[in-house]
Amino acid sequence: MKVLVPVKRVVDANVKVRVKPDNSGVDLNNVKMAVNPFCEIAIEEAVRLKEAGSASEVIAVSVGAGNCQEQLRTCLALGADRAILVETDVDPQPLGIAKALAALQEKEGAELVIFGKQSIDGDNAQTGQMFAALTGMSQATFASEVKVGDGKLEVTREIDGGLQTLSIKLPAVVTTDLRLNEPRYASLPNIMKAKKKPLDVISPADLGVDLTPTVEVLSVEPPAEREAGIIVETVEELVDKLKNEAKVIS
Amino acid sequence: MASFEYGMDYADIRDQVARICAEYPGSYWQELDDKAEYPHAFVDALTQSGYLAALIPEEYGGAGLPIRAASVILETIHANGCSAAACHAQMYTMGTVLRHGSAEQKQKYLPAIASGALRLQAFGVTEPTTGSDTTQLKTRAVKQGDQYVVNGQKIWTSRAHQSDLMLLLARTTPVDQVTKRTQGLSTFLVDLREVRGNGCEIRSIPTMINHNTTEVFFDDMAIPADSLVGEEGNGFRNILSGMNAERVLIASEALGDGRYFLDKGVAYANERVVFGNPIGSNQGIAFPLAQAYAQLEAAELMIRKAAALYDAGEDCGEAANIAKYLASEAAWKAADETFQTYGGFAFAKEYQIERKWREVRLWRTAPISNNMVLNFVCQNVLGLPRSY
Ligand SMILES: Cc1cc2nc3c(=O)[nH]c(=O)nc-3n(C[C@H](O)[C@H](O)[C@H](O)COP(=O)(O)OP(=O)(O)OC[C@H]3O[C@@H](n4cnc5c(N)ncnc54)[C@H](O)[C@@H]3O)c2cc1C
Repeated sequence: MKVLVPVKRVVDANVKVRVKPDNSGVDLNNVKMAVNPFCEIAIEEAVRLKEAGSASEVIAVSVGAGNCQEQLRTCLALGADRAILVETDVDPQPLGIAKALAALQEKEGAELVIFGKQSIDGDNAQTGQMFAALTGMSQATFASEVKVGDGKLEVTREIDGGLQTLSIKLPAVVTTDLRLNEPRYASLPNIMKAKKKPLDVISPADLGVDLTPTVEVLSVEPPAEREAGIIVETVEELVDKLKNEAKVIS
Repeated sequence: MASFEYGMDYADIRDQVARICAEYPGSYWQELDDKAEYPHAFVDALTQSGYLAALIPEEYGGAGLPIRAASVILETIHANGCSAAACHAQMYTMGTVLRHGSAEQKQKYLPAIASGALRLQAFGVTEPTTGSDTTQLKTRAVKQGDQYVVNGQKIWTSRAHQSDLMLLLARTTPVDQVTKRTQGLSTFLVDLREVRGNGCEIRSIPTMINHNTTEVFFDDMAIPADSLVGEEGNGFRNILSGMNAERVLIASEALGDGRYFLDKGVAYANERVVFGNPIGSNQGIAFPLAQAYAQLEAAELMIRKAAALYDAGEDCGEAANIAKYLASEAAWKAADETFQTYGGFAFAKEYQIERKWREVRLWRTAPISNNMVLNFVCQNVLGLPRSY
């Protein structure tokens, strides 16, 4: 079973992001970038499937600028066999990415495509679903457990207040939730080996897709600053403030 | 002059090492500190993931990376609040074997050191009566047939209890029979598993930090003649290049410590509100942190320069010594100012500040005391007369 794992380059989760002064987006200058944590869970799941003998090949793919190669190398160090970058200068949006991946899937014919459920920058949670719709593959989103059966998958999903277990036919799309697995770290020998693994760079034109954005971002605002707290002297004072200042109790 | 890169070099290695470190939070180190125990789990994780074999050539099973990569690994470990002091020597002590050992010695030891099956992380140089005056050391190794018989004593031999092999510097020709004091010293690879209780005794020294350091006594300790590394009498020269590597790497740890402290200090200065304002709005708190930052930046540049020279095979003695000096002083500055920024809370073990502060103090004293670095600069760089 060939497994395709789309991964996104995002701002590292530990970085405190800053909005650009003109509110056009987040300032990415000199900011540490990383593999989107949900995508890393997807890579880990694919590599585990390979280690268990269920998967034959794990291919990491990213759609974005040339520097996405750094994150693809990380995926190779984590155990992917090869990587593909669909290189573009435009900042691609979920639909464009899904279209590029769908065109790539036509060539690769992966039986399983594992996405992160969302990327921690845009929080769209759309690409996997759009890809499933475009390719007509079955899908199970927000997976917390994946079991491979004969020609199908059993996927446990995290839903509001509980779990749902689905059986879906292969080829299939799965998007990963946080609890699916705990990604490993790469050993130094694997980082070294990753440098020699194949990483192909292709263009959207090679796939016959147009990534021109269809949605225009009008403005990006930082969350409102939290005001400094106060220390109350007594319980009575607390109750009074909750009633009369915050007006959260009556 | 070798060129060097400024920026986030080896980002892939930094990322993965930071991830290992995330599994060993302050509470882990605090508990070991309380019990004076060796960080086995952390060292195992670094060993199994191959990071301690960064400098060993690929043909012997290591990653064959330049010293700059090792520098990044150690800096990252310390910047993330962990400590590599328990295992850093496993990275570089083998350098003497690699550069001066025979083909058989390299074949015999390096692959096992790379895999971690063999631990070579004890280096016996310092002695109680001669200290910084290394060439005057008293430990004698006398050749008798196919053996050397060793008598004497080492002190501050760190990790001897957690080492299979120890690199030993001993005098093979008495000092009054050599023309230069640096001659007549030899390096040996001592198999501690063979000699312990058999002419060699190792005793722990309790210290103010959890450092697993020891004193080692040799009483007619017999070791095979092929324990000699390199030529007899050339031992001092054999360890010099290793000492430069050690200085660059210890400087990198100090730099990481400094970065750790500064992160903590700045965060606390922003967070802690007294007199209605964050304490960081007082220049008495802010300026010292800015000074520490400036010093750390300077130290980092010198570390990069020293590593670049080392990796280019050029003489890096001056740069390595100055890097160690600047980094240890900058790290201490960052530690002490962060300590002050934390007010009384710095003393509470829970915040890790007091423990790290104790730990970072070491770099001003070992592996070479900063006065001796200044002596080096005075004599070998500035051309001033030797005062001692
Ligand atoms: C925790 C720890 C771990 C260590 N690990 C190891 C190890 O693994 N292997 C090893 O071999 N050693 C190790 N050392 C030893 C360390 O390298 C020495 O402590 C250090 O080199 C200083 O030597 P000394 O303690 O004998 O001090 P001394 O040489 O007695 O010096 C004492 C003070 O006098 C100053 N001084 C001496 N001579 C001069 C001079 N001519 N001019 C100006 N100032 C001078 C020194 O700078 C120092 O401040 C370790 C030490 C410690 C504390």
